[in-house]
Amino acid sequence: MAVEKMSIAKALNESLRKALETDPKVLIMGEDVGKLGGVFRITDGLQKDFGEERVIDTPLAESGIVGTAIGLALRGYRPVVEIQFDGFVFPAYDQIVTQLAKMHARALGKVKMPVVVRIPYAGGIGAVEHHSESPEALFAHVPGLKVVSPSNASDAYWMLQQAILSDDPVIFFEPKRRYWDKGEVDTDAIPGELHKARVAREGSDLTLAAYGPMVKVCLEAAAAAAEEGKSVEVVDLRSMSPIDFDGLQASVEKTRRLVVVHEAPVFLGTGAEIAARITERCFYHLEAPVLRVGGFHAPYPPARLEDEYLPGLDRVLDAVDRSLAY
Amino acid sequence: MTVESTAARKPRRSSGTKRAAGAASAAKAPAAKAAATAQNAEPQLVQLLTPEGERVSAADNPDAAEFLSFVEDITTEDLRGLYRDMVLTRRFDGEATALQRQGELGLWASLLGQEAAQIGSGRALRDDDYVFPTYREHGVAWCRGVDPTNLLGMFRGVNHGGWDPNTNNFHLYTIVIGSQTLHATGYAMGVAKDGADSAVIAYFGDGASSQGDVAEAFTFSAVYNSPVVFFCQNNQWAISEPTERQMRVPLYQRAQGFGFPGVRVDGNDVLACLAVTRWALERARRGEGPTLVEAFTYRMGAHTTSDDPTKYRRDEETQAWEAKDPILRLKTYLLASGGADEAFFESLEAESEALGKRVREVVRAMPDPDTMAIFENVYADGHALVDEERAQFAAYLASFEEGH
Ligand SMILES: Cc1ncc(C[n+]2csc(CCOP(=O)(O)OP(=O)(O)O)c2C)c(N)n1
Repeated sequence: MAVEKMSIAKALNESLRKALETDPKVLIMGEDVGKLGGVFRITDGLQKDFGEERVIDTPLAESGIVGTAIGLALRGYRPVVEIQFDGFVFPAYDQIVTQLAKMHARALGKVKMPVVVRIPYAGGIGAVEHHSESPEALFAHVPGLKVVSPSNASDAYWMLQQAILSDDPVIFFEPKRRYWDKGEVDTDAIPGELHKARVAREGSDLTLAAYGPMVKVCLEAAAAAAEEGKSVEVVDLRSMSPIDFDGLQASVEKTRRLVVVHEAPVFLGTGAEIAARITERCFYHLEAPVLRVGGFHAPYPPARLEDEYLPGLDRVLDAVDRSLAY
Repeated sequence: MTVESTAARKPRRSSGTKRAAGAASAAKAPAAKAAATAQNAEPQLVQLLTPEGERVSAADNPDAAEFLSFVEDITTEDLRGLYRDMVLTRRFDGEATALQRQGELGLWASLLGQEAAQIGSGRALRDDDYVFPTYREHGVAWCRGVDPTNLLGMFRGVNHGGWDPNTNNFHLYTIVIGSQTLHATGYAMGVAKDGADSAVIAYFGDGASSQGDVAEAFTFSAVYNSPVVFFCQNNQWAISEPTERQMRVPLYQRAQGFGFPGVRVDGNDVLACLAVTRWALERARRGEGPTLVEAFTYRMGAHTTSDDPTKYRRDEETQAWEAKDPILRLKTYLLASGGADEAFFESLEAESEALGKRVREVVRAMPDPDTMAIFENVYADGHALVDEERAQFAAYLASFEEGH
């Protein structure tokens, strides 16, 4: 058995290594991914071992990175591109939204777009602006894209494998403040489905739904709530497009209460979609309206305010209390 | 310092006959070879002060000749002023790096090595010119009269800007690479529409030149003949990527394809940077449109305090550039020519110390912003959703004070 304890960063690195080993068509592309191994070292050592033809330092041009990845995919390659930080994906947004997302449909299914766009995202690392944003809803809103985010090392390893194997474009959001969190990875396991939600902690009074960086906060909140005698279930959604509504529904039918937590602004965010769907599906089960905890309708603040801005334990517990008070 | 006297002169367009001919003959060679030649060739630099600290005469360097007239008016006192600017800027920068190490700043992007490019170009500007910097233009900010401590707010994490761009005609730092070249172009289009004779200057890096935005800025400025100077500090690296990863033809030559002149200047020579920028600004003022200035320089330090350059570049390279230090060469010249005495350097040292001390004090005293600042200035006209969220969050925070 190949079970190993490793950080999320290491798990991603191992996952990329495995993908490069298994399929000669897999390519890594991005700014500083070569010698430097990426600014977060996710591609560390890969260029050394697989060469400059497989692990490609690109010019500083995100539209170029994604646009050429589309061309490479048309030629049969499977590019995995790295966008250095969340806020720098927008020069590539045009290529992602108008081209990458729609190519399969436009070609009547005759071409596939197995492109993975890896984006270190969200806050909590004290960075300057454009380095802490959570733009997942902007991508989940676009038909043709799949959007996922792992919350732990095992998922980081396996979800990236599955994203690379997918014939659809996958926007792969990596919770950068969790890169150094360690967890067990079984590299021989048979992984679950890429878009299936996972019950991260069982409970019976209320469901907390989250993904990426907020899963850890929700687990901490559930532990704190347990001390007060409240049994909180935590569902790690793992995928924002598609969303595993069946899995979430099963949890909510059990607990009858749902609080959705994400760092991204609440307004028109993924939580809004979840609240609407779960209300439709579970109307007669719900004991309280679905509540959302997340970012404000304001630019991500300067680093010295991010602790106040980001949903933490207190804000999640406050929502738990409000829900239980109905 | 401003120069009006030479306005009537028309220097040879550097992307014109001579360099264009070189490029054309290179193009006849097999493509790969031509590209390699272009990259490896010793750059043709406009240089007025050698690394050894000697002034270049028209006879020494025909490339420089046409630009000499642009610094004819520069007195010894002016030279001491340029020297002072560079020394104080370097001191400020070093202090900021130290403050980052001490945990007072979250990040710092050092300009070490690029003082001449920034001070030379910055001192070429007139008050009514407008500057669009990237995030490393601390020396240009200094020339514009922006209090250097204002630059530290965003790196400390207390704001996203920290100064009013219109006070000193110095726009906020831009982190998304290349974006500001379009803003500069648009601003310059406005200047032209107004019939004003101000000029606009946009700073960006060699890496940034790969961005689509920069190509679009070149296109717009050429098409609308906008009074903008594109000032690229080619410091050889974009984080870990050398210029070979961004371009196969010397950067300044790119302007030609867009229909405006480009010139490469020794970016470690403050005098040459001053002269070339004045030349480009005057073209803009005269309605002759955009210019690309490539200041050939070197980033002596790390990309930012988060970066580890030992991962991707060799010590020998850095050491070779050390010998071209912009400050040292002017000092050598000032000493050799009797332009400055020991007393001058001593008093400057004292001034540096005082600046360093002030920067430390101001940064340490810089308060964290009020939490409610999150909701400030999201909209100019206000917005119901923001108001609602602000009220909810205030109530939430207040609930703790009530011993919730
Ligand atoms: C659109 C975008 N992509 C990536 C980055 C991350 N990044 C910040 S600086 C930098 C390198 C810039 O190099 P260059 O333009 O040469 O300027 P220098 O920092 O060397 O002055 C990169 C890749 C960014 N800020 N914006």
